Amino acid sequence: MNSKTIFINIFRWFVLLFVQVFLLRNLSFYDLSTPFIYVLFILVLPFGIPNLLLFIIAFGTGLTLDSFYDTLGVHTTACVALAFVRILFISVSVNRDAFDEPEPSLGNMGFKWFSIYAILCIFVHHFVVFFLEAFKLSEFSYTLGRCVLSVIFTLFVVLLVEFIFHNRKSN
Amino acid sequence: MRNLWIFISRYNAFFFFIIFFAVGIILTLKNNVFQRSVTLNSTNEVVGSAYERLNVLKRYLNLGQVNDSLATENAKLKTELISLKNIDSSKTIIVKDTVNQQQYTLLSAKVIKNSVTQRNNIITINRGSDDGIVKDMAVISPNKGVVGFILNVSPHLATIRSLLHKETLISVNLKKNNAFGSLVWGDGNFDFRKAYVKEIPNHFKVNVGDTIVTSGAGGFPKGIEVGKISKTKISTGDSFMTLEINLFNDFSTLQYVYIIKNRLAEEQKVLEIQTPNEQ
Repeated sequence: MNSKTIFINIFRWFVLLFVQVFLLRNLSFYDLSTPFIYVLFILVLPFGIPNLLLFIIAFGTGLTLDSFYDTLGVHTTACVALAFVRILFISVSVNRDAFDEPEPSLGNMGFKWFSIYAILCIFVHHFVVFFLEAFKLSEFSYTLGRCVLSVIFTLFVVLLVEFIFHNRKSN
Repeated sequence: MRNLWIFISRYNAFFFFIIFFAVGIILTLKNNVFQRSVTLNSTNEVVGSAYERLNVLKRYLNLGQVNDSLATENAKLKTELISLKNIDSSKTIIVKDTVNQQQYTLLSAKVIKNSVTQRNNIITINRGSDDGIVKDMAVISPNKGVVGFILNVSPHLATIRSLLHKETLISVNLKKNNAFGSLVWGDGNFDFRKAYVKEIPNHFKVNVGDTIVTSGAGGFPKGIEVGKISKTKISTGDSFMTLEINLFNDFSTLQYVYIIKNRLAEEQKVLEIQTPNEQ
């Protein structure tokens, strides 16, 4: 990890959290579908990042978002779960010796790999968020519906953002 | 011992996950139970001032709407003023001076952060303990309708547990026959324009369009209009019925709120502690 990577990631953190807190927090479709675009930051952290550091970053990001959302602990827990799924999925699907891409972005890994990766991670994150927020099983189907619809919305925005940056790089 | 160490470091991701996940869950649970001891929310200096700055811009965009509602309120107050001034004084009227005895006083506050899309919605306002606000004071909206209760207080800011929160419960009446019920939000309906009134005994007759008002218990003055009944036939299978109501106030466009200071709150609390609880 050189200083350029670190700088880019810090910049990305600020931009994504700013957009999430001041723009997307006010946005939802029929109170059912809310996007959480900030997870993209954790998704595209570099491959070489140590596990402990990854967990600390995920924890900190979640805590920051929680303080803006007044939901202490919910997003923190979800981000930690997301980080764990990320580690599992990457260790199963990527052969690190034969591969030296810096970060798991759409441009580096291809559409198929990235979309599966994103769906899995985002689903786990949203599942934890919505069920911790509701904190009871009596609204199960409603909460699950909200969760799935939000996953679709977030995935759409994540892929959109990735496509924009992907194109810019190849030019 | 060495083998154990190798085992842990090989599967370090899993152990880190357990540790951090547990901390996260503990934070969530703590936040649910001890709301007041938490400072990492929008009464916090940094977070609060960020919202306040952004809100300057947002308020500007909504000026038109706010003007309209203020004008309506002005008109209403003027009408009242005129009717009060034009009392026929040829008759003898006993005027009871209640200025010093007034039980409830209102304090206006600006909303600097609001949400309607989450399961548990919290509102932040720009008044705090310096203005005499304490926890659990009732909050109403300028035109009609209730907003919620004060949750956390810092010197200049405070958060409100809005009606759109799973722990908020407000005691209400049917206006026409004073049947008691409690107003809640949620349980399958998450539209911020609707809420439920529960625990109204089955023998009362209710119609669609009846008005619901606050009952006077639990912080709110008696008779604040909350909403109109939109659906009555919600069967719960026991001797109580559940009504669906349309709220009078729109939480998504809330700009100003009034906090209700109850002069007798302290006195009432002391008295109720002395009296054994028989509810």
